[in-house]
Amino acid sequence: MPKTMFRKIWDSHVVEEPEGRPALLFIDLHLVHEVTSAQAFEGLRLAGRKVRRPDLTIATADHNVPTSDRHLPFADKIAKQQLDVLDKNTADFGIRLYDMNSPDQGIVHVIGPEQGYTQPGMTIVCGDSHTATHGAFGSLAFGIGTSEVEHVLASQCVVQARPKTMEIHVDGDLPAGTGPKDLMLHIISQMGVAGATGHAVEFTGPAIENMSMEGRMTVCNMTIEGGGRAGMIRPDDTTFAYVEGRRHVPKGADFDRAVEEWKLVASDDGAEFDTRIVINAEEIEPTVTWGTNPGQGVGITGSVPDPGDYEDPAQAENAARALEYMDLRPGTAIQDLKLDRVFIGSCTNGRLEDLRAAAAVAKGHRVADGVRAMVVPGSAAVKILAEKEGLDKIFKDANFEWREAGCSMCLGMNPDILSPGERCASTSNRNFEGRQGKGGRTHLVSPEMATAAAVAGHFVDIRDWEYRDQ
Amino acid sequence: MQPFEKMTGLVAPMDRANVDTDQIIPKQFLKRIERTGFGEFAFFDWRYLEDGAPNPQFVLNEERYQGASILVAGPNFGSGSSREHAPWALGEFGFKALIAPSFADIFTGNCFQNGMLPIVLTQDEVDTMMGKALQRTGYSATVDLEAQTVTDDGGWSASFEIDPFRKESLLKGLDEIGQTLKKEDLIAAFEATHPARW
Ligand code: SF4
Repeated sequence: MPKTMFRKIWDSHVVEEPEGRPALLFIDLHLVHEVTSAQAFEGLRLAGRKVRRPDLTIATADHNVPTSDRHLPFADKIAKQQLDVLDKNTADFGIRLYDMNSPDQGIVHVIGPEQGYTQPGMTIVCGDSHTATHGAFGSLAFGIGTSEVEHVLASQCVVQARPKTMEIHVDGDLPAGTGPKDLMLHIISQMGVAGATGHAVEFTGPAIENMSMEGRMTVCNMTIEGGGRAGMIRPDDTTFAYVEGRRHVPKGADFDRAVEEWKLVASDDGAEFDTRIVINAEEIEPTVTWGTNPGQGVGITGSVPDPGDYEDPAQAENAARALEYMDLRPGTAIQDLKLDRVFIGSCTNGRLEDLRAAAAVAKGHRVADGVRAMVVPGSAAVKILAEKEGLDKIFKDANFEWREAGCSMCLGMNPDILSPGERCASTSNRNFEGRQGKGGRTHLVSPEMATAAAVAGHFVDIRDWEYRDQ
Repeated sequence: MQPFEKMTGLVAPMDRANVDTDQIIPKQFLKRIERTGFGEFAFFDWRYLEDGAPNPQFVLNEERYQGASILVAGPNFGSGSSREHAPWALGEFGFKALIAPSFADIFTGNCFQNGMLPIVLTQDEVDTMMGKALQRTGYSATVDLEAQTVTDDGGWSASFEIDPFRKESLLKGLDEIGQTLKKEDLIAAFEATHPARW
């Protein structure tokens, strides 16, 4: 019987799967960060347990690190304590840590792929919902809670019920001016924020096959915003070319052998999924969210919806509540929305390709008066590469702030937050109430759209952008 | 973990869809390194006004819902971030059982890890309970995990599905890690055939 990629990876990692019970699944890579691990290590200590496979465990500091000058003493004592605890825990249990000052530090979902830890066919977990990102390599990657982090530390396994499978088939090519972020905001607006709940999702179709690895990571990253347990894309030549030569990837003949194995991971022809959705890429516009969940999005030529237009009363009420929080009036053209802040970064859109795309838009322009715009590289390595290419100079010349790597204003655990009432164009993944700061109003967009909005001071259609090459 | 016993308690309504974990416990409280101390910050941004006073508009601040141990909510409760601080905060706040038409996946797992029962009822059944909780002061219900039923103080009742493994773990208050570590032989045998990737 033809098998899905999900099934192949799952089956090859089952330690035990008794009939009618969740499986005990072996984990190839466990990523750890400061916010969801302290209580797990403490649990181990209290029970007198050790970390079973420190060699398969990698830690970094990303969520609450400052993105301004790191030589200054830490302003936030409690955040500092959390980082110190991560230092101590990883030292005590023998786990490799990329701390705040390491040249390899960065957002956990950026550094895994970047350093070649993330490879096809693996099972990967992290105490973070956006672990789905790593599925872009044809791995099975999903977020877990702190108790499960403790469980994986102790046993290198998780107890998981087998999710259902879903195929999201993207037909046609993405139109000019639209990219992976627009695709995902569009898909989630179509299927809803719980549309993929309970499913491991595989993305297929020409638009996906033609996408770069960085774009695929954006796609898989956002799967969780549609409720999906995991997002996956079959590994192909694009994948192998990306991983080849990275620090932790096999070399020479070992690499060739690995590629042969990785090729077998792809779903077989005719493999059946529990659910299948078809999306027509051709109809996607650059997309902007207007509400307080990632499914409340609309094309850039559209306007803020009228709650009265929804047939479903629950949806109408959600929309009304969102408009109140976002301080928006029905019928306002999206392009008329004025911005106070712009944030370019996060595990969704903080990789080199995202910064290149943003820089191309910013080049020769200046951030509008009254707008504060910041660029936060997803990792220290991304920052260094971007600087080698001179992207930092383009941003700084255009009056964007150029910061140190971390999660930053994606969730505002560090000092990078919105003030109440501020309106922000953000390349991150969540526009929940207060996500970027209490009372802050977040509109999710692509890096290109965020940059153009910073320059114009309001949302603009990137398809009309005047790119200045000089 | 404490075993989950048959419980009766006051029902509080949260008549919203997609209540995300950023609302349940906002990020500024995730810096703690303990498992406790989150209850006072549950729903912080909704619950308190700028000056720190309780927000009278927030449903869980109403006098009649004080002491509630069952929360009835809209679909997709617990979406977003994987933070286990969310069930920790809800548990300390006093909730033992949550009832909704659907829950987000990671949140569901996190509830079970903490002896909290997320109960999926149909939208109609949730609407019934929501309506009563909103209308009637003192509305209470009994959750019987063994029988897989929710019965309210008027005798109305609904049954729910639950994974048998989860049920057993909750009823017995099993330590999942301890259970897994008993399977050392199986894990070691698997590792022997499964070389590390780097
Ligand atoms: S960048 Fe944002 S979404 Fe990604 S891991 Fe950090 S906080 Fe989470």
